[in-house]
Amino acid sequence: MHPLYERLKHLFPLDEVTEQRPDLLFVTLPREHLRSLLLHLRDIEGFSHLVLLTAVDWIEEGQFQLTYLLHNRPKAQDIGVRIKLARDSATMESIHTLWPTAATYQRELREMFGIDFPGSPGVEEDFILEGWIDLPPYRRDFDTKKFSDENYNHRPGRETHDPAEYMKQQLYPNGL
Amino acid sequence: MQSKDFSKAELQKRTVTGPDGVEFEVDPMRDYFCEAPPTVMPPAYIKIVEDLFNWARAESIWILGFGTGCGAIEMRPLMTPRFDAYRYGIQWRPTPRQANLFVISGYLSVKTLKRAIRSYEQMQNPKYVVGLGSCTINGGMYWDSYNTIKRLDDYLPVDLYITGCMPRPEALLQGFMDLKKVIRAGNAEGANRYAENFAWYKANQKQIIHDWDMPEYSW
Repeated sequence: MHPLYERLKHLFPLDEVTEQRPDLLFVTLPREHLRSLLLHLRDIEGFSHLVLLTAVDWIEEGQFQLTYLLHNRPKAQDIGVRIKLARDSATMESIHTLWPTAATYQRELREMFGIDFPGSPGVEEDFILEGWIDLPPYRRDFDTKKFSDENYNHRPGRETHDPAEYMKQQLYPNGL
Repeated sequence: MQSKDFSKAELQKRTVTGPDGVEFEVDPMRDYFCEAPPTVMPPAYIKIVEDLFNWARAESIWILGFGTGCGAIEMRPLMTPRFDAYRYGIQWRPTPRQANLFVISGYLSVKTLKRAIRSYEQMQNPKYVVGLGSCTINGGMYWDSYNTIKRLDDYLPVDLYITGCMPRPEALLQGFMDLKKVIRAGNAEGANRYAENFAWYKANQKQIIHDWDMPEYSW
């Protein structure tokens, strides 16, 4: 098993582990242990860089999955920390005190997924969308096509073809 | 759909103390902009003079350097020696006040549309709009996107479209030549169309820009 995992598994209740590559490990753990694990990784294991913070919408399970990807520059090693949180009125503790840059990711997640991070600086402000009035657009129950049809005028005359069928028609009009 | 409060603090009426210590009230939405809507500019009194004007306009197309989508990348080879649009009297200007051609270079998100409308309204008459690429015509590859418009001519008066995704610089040059013909024929009346149908354009714009926090007419 991965040496980093060997060191971590005695300290934290890790649920599920994926060793993607020798230099990339994903661990899952309950959300209440996230902050202590991130602190441990940052201050003791040397993962000083928050690469990204992103979300996945597992709508069938009623959960959001947050992934905190950290990088250890001297060892050229990455670790992704995954947590699951309930999809309804999703709220997560902010980590902007650990990495100030996390505030930007959290602002984006609030706007695009509707995950709230109370206390994160500027999290209430508009990030990319201005004047958004519908469901957060990256949620999977948001119907992009329907929203587009209802809100933006289409120019008539747009045709859509199945590429394979269309090229067959074009190249072999009399059949194969 | 829920209603949200989009009022912004910097747009509220406030009391400001000037450098000489005098206090005065500032209402940003009224004091910094002219409230009068645009007016239709009639042609010159006789046709030959108008033709002369149109010839002069066609020979000095000044483009606003505002790249909205990926199409803006085509502007660089166009303005540099490889394709050298300057030899046709076409040049790029840094501010809307100095430009008379607005090239909408690709997809417009709602957020960018707001800025494009304000930039367009700040341009001097006579002014022209060219829609570049399929995104401005029918949405292109962003036809089902939640945040981009599909028909540019619902929001701004377009004089000419250049098709392609992306159009090559040669296609743009050809488009500019065609625009010159349109201008010289006296048919590039986009600014007057905008003034005539001002209410219709504003209604279309406000239909999708939900946090309307700018003056009716940015001049």
